[in-house]
Amino acid sequence: MTVEAAQSVGGADAGVRPLIEARHIWKRFGGVQAVADVSIDIARGSVHGLVGENGAGKSTLSKIVGGVHAPDEGELLVDGQAVRFHSPRDALALGIATIAQEIALVPARTVLDNVFLGIESAQLGVVRRGDLVRRFEALHNRTGFGLDANARVADLRTAEQQKVEILRAIARDARLILMDEPTATLTVDESERLLDIIRRLAAEGTSVVLVSHHLEEVLAVAETVTVMRDGRLVRTGPASEETPHSLVTAMVGRELDLTFPPKQPPSPEAPIILELRNVGRAGIVEDISFSVRRGEIVGLAGLVGSGRTEVARAIFGADPVDAGEIYVEGRRMPARGPRGASAQGVVMVPESRKDQGLFMIRPIRENLTISTLGKVATLGVVRRREEKTQAQALAKQVDVRASSLEAPVVSLSGGNQQKVLFAKWLARGPRLLIADEPTRGVDVGAKSQIAGLIVQLAAGGMAVLLISSEIEEVLGLAHRVLVMRNGRIVAEFAGEAAKQDTVMRAAFAAEGDSGGGQVA
Amino acid sequence: MSAEAASTEPRVTSRFSSRRWTRLRDYGFVAVFVAMFIFLSLSTGTFFRTRNLLNILDQSAPVGIIACAITICIIAGVFDLSTGSMFGVAAVVASKVAKSADPTLGIAVGILTGLVLGSLNGVLVHTTRINSFIGTLATGIAYRGLAIIATGGAIVTVTNPKFGVLGRSDLLGAKYSVWVFVAFFIATAFLLARTTFGRAVYAVGGNPEAARLSGIRVGLVRGACFALSGLAAGIAGVLAASRTSSAQADLGTGLELSAIAAAVVGGTSILGGEGAVWRGVLGVLTLALIGNGFDLLNIDTTYQLIVQGGLILIAVAADQLLRRRR
Repeated sequence: MTVEAAQSVGGADAGVRPLIEARHIWKRFGGVQAVADVSIDIARGSVHGLVGENGAGKSTLSKIVGGVHAPDEGELLVDGQAVRFHSPRDALALGIATIAQEIALVPARTVLDNVFLGIESAQLGVVRRGDLVRRFEALHNRTGFGLDANARVADLRTAEQQKVEILRAIARDARLILMDEPTATLTVDESERLLDIIRRLAAEGTSVVLVSHHLEEVLAVAETVTVMRDGRLVRTGPASEETPHSLVTAMVGRELDLTFPPKQPPSPEAPIILELRNVGRAGIVEDISFSVRRGEIVGLAGLVGSGRTEVARAIFGADPVDAGEIYVEGRRMPARGPRGASAQGVVMVPESRKDQGLFMIRPIRENLTISTLGKVATLGVVRRREEKTQAQALAKQVDVRASSLEAPVVSLSGGNQQKVLFAKWLARGPRLLIADEPTRGVDVGAKSQIAGLIVQLAAGGMAVLLISSEIEEVLGLAHRVLVMRNGRIVAEFAGEAAKQDTVMRAAFAAEGDSGGGQVA
Repeated sequence: MSAEAASTEPRVTSRFSSRRWTRLRDYGFVAVFVAMFIFLSLSTGTFFRTRNLLNILDQSAPVGIIACAITICIIAGVFDLSTGSMFGVAAVVASKVAKSADPTLGIAVGILTGLVLGSLNGVLVHTTRINSFIGTLATGIAYRGLAIIATGGAIVTVTNPKFGVLGRSDLLGAKYSVWVFVAFFIATAFLLARTTFGRAVYAVGGNPEAARLSGIRVGLVRGACFALSGLAAGIAGVLAASRTSSAQADLGTGLELSAIAAAVVGGTSILGGEGAVWRGVLGVLTLALIGNGFDLLNIDTTYQLIVQGGLILIAVAADQLLRRRR
């Protein structure tokens, strides 16, 4: 039967067995039922989207197919034959490759070394480099990725590293590539290119499972979409019959208002909290001048790498500045790093909560109070009861959902982790909040909660500088939008003038800057 | 297909069970220690005697004091490989001053020497941004050189009996050294568990970038850890010198490795960001118990090191396994 199935690769009629058939899969981690009775088929040469809120079980399901986890119950059929994977290696032997959220390459080695790692052409253990180069060129011609075989992986951008991962999968004759949030760290144009690659892979007969929060992307490439909720399958159907709205409804099981809270623009007389005058850092950002008023939300849009994060880090003192001045409430900000900035009432929720924000294995309580611990300490000794009270108040203020504040912060969902990051600064009563990608990788429900929080803080008189790669978010929340490109602010849009296409045109420098924005 | 709303209850139970594994990792080693303790108490008539137990504590005091400080260093994400040398320098300086001036002054200057050398480590590692492992390896070699210069290669012997009080005399039934050990343990445990400094230590070791962006002075915190380590080496070195009323340049060679081993055996992660002072002390006592047990059971002591090495391996492997389980 296996042979028969294998021979009919590419056939699209209903008689052909799918590449993968998962039958009544159950998987439990400790007490959590991560996947419950899920059955799906993955067709040959098709793109299969897998969507759901964080914790819906989509990543777990993809890991079961990829051999990372073994199911507790249920069976997995590849080419119609039951298989039992003990490791990703077993899955790879049957042509199932996984590209995980975190890129797993050897950074100090070249692209070529990484692509053929473990499958080098060798004679008596000696690598035949000429043969590797030939194989690499063959791959290259097939994919048209434009990667330099001799570049060090560490020197590549994330998008290029992802291509290396894809090449690696193809080099191993993958018939199915599982991609978990592949576009999470990519810029808009890089994502577009990745989607093209996915389409091409499918056209050549490789199946792709795409796990993603970006519903538009999933709908743009997928043939079939499966929606999961709380470990269960909600439905599988043709992508052409779904819209982002219908998917969201299925994911959350209720109608969710995706619109943003109404804007409350600050009064024109509101005092200026933050002012930048010709701030620059050689080779990174140049001539940055803007201001943020009390109660105002200013959005900083632009592609990843356009200098948005660098501006934020400069204001917060995380990186040094070598030109221009930064004023907070009219006073020049001392160059004393994040510590000095937070003392001036300037705080930042950084881009990566895992790398820059949280102490993952420490209790939620400690993460909440770390920046304001002095307030609940006498001569350096923490008053524990007061600390606890303060942590509880902060958690309540931003609605952190946790069984206990003593649990490690890593046990929280992405959205709740992000709320902890916001909360930890609130005890300081900051005057300026910088939020860099505040909703990256969080589920829909948490996203709207965080948006609501930002609006509420601004309404309470805080000045907010918002950076987001999701243009809808910037447009939905900000009273004013600054667009950056190549380290400079290239356009400014206020109120109704800020439209998705005009902002995107400015960010991409497409068709000049005729989109109505004034060049700053 | 099935669209019934699942309850949020499973998530809560998940945390419970993941906590069970964490707990096994956290306290499994305590069970090993207790088992060893009970085993030795039952199998020998001499183990569970106040004198033997106090003797173990007395002998563990120097390495125990150092282990308290080194545990804090490891949690903060730094290593101090110079403690053995600082220990030697402190012992030599204390003895020399005690010999030529006053024993009490000698003890004070010896401890201060450790603190100064430790602070120097902190400043050097922070300003040069050398990896602490390499930086303190280098300063450790240089400090050992200081000790050799100070002694001229000879043993420094102190004749004034006052100098030996700290290391040899009793107070309320236990040696002074035991009390110093207990006091230092309580002080460092409090420092780590209850103060803002302790919180900063965990933060700096767990995620230095997040700590910096939270307004913590990473360099200062780590520098203070080095200073603390120097202080511990100073106190321990003075205790050792007082015990024999003498000091020589090679005193305390390899002590830093025993202390790091003890910290790791006790369950402090070598990656930084987690652990506790009591774990380091429990590690020291476990290793001491093995030595004591070999003596009392009349087992050939040549196997002792193999057992200790094996225990370190098991402790680290168990930590890794249970970490993966999580």
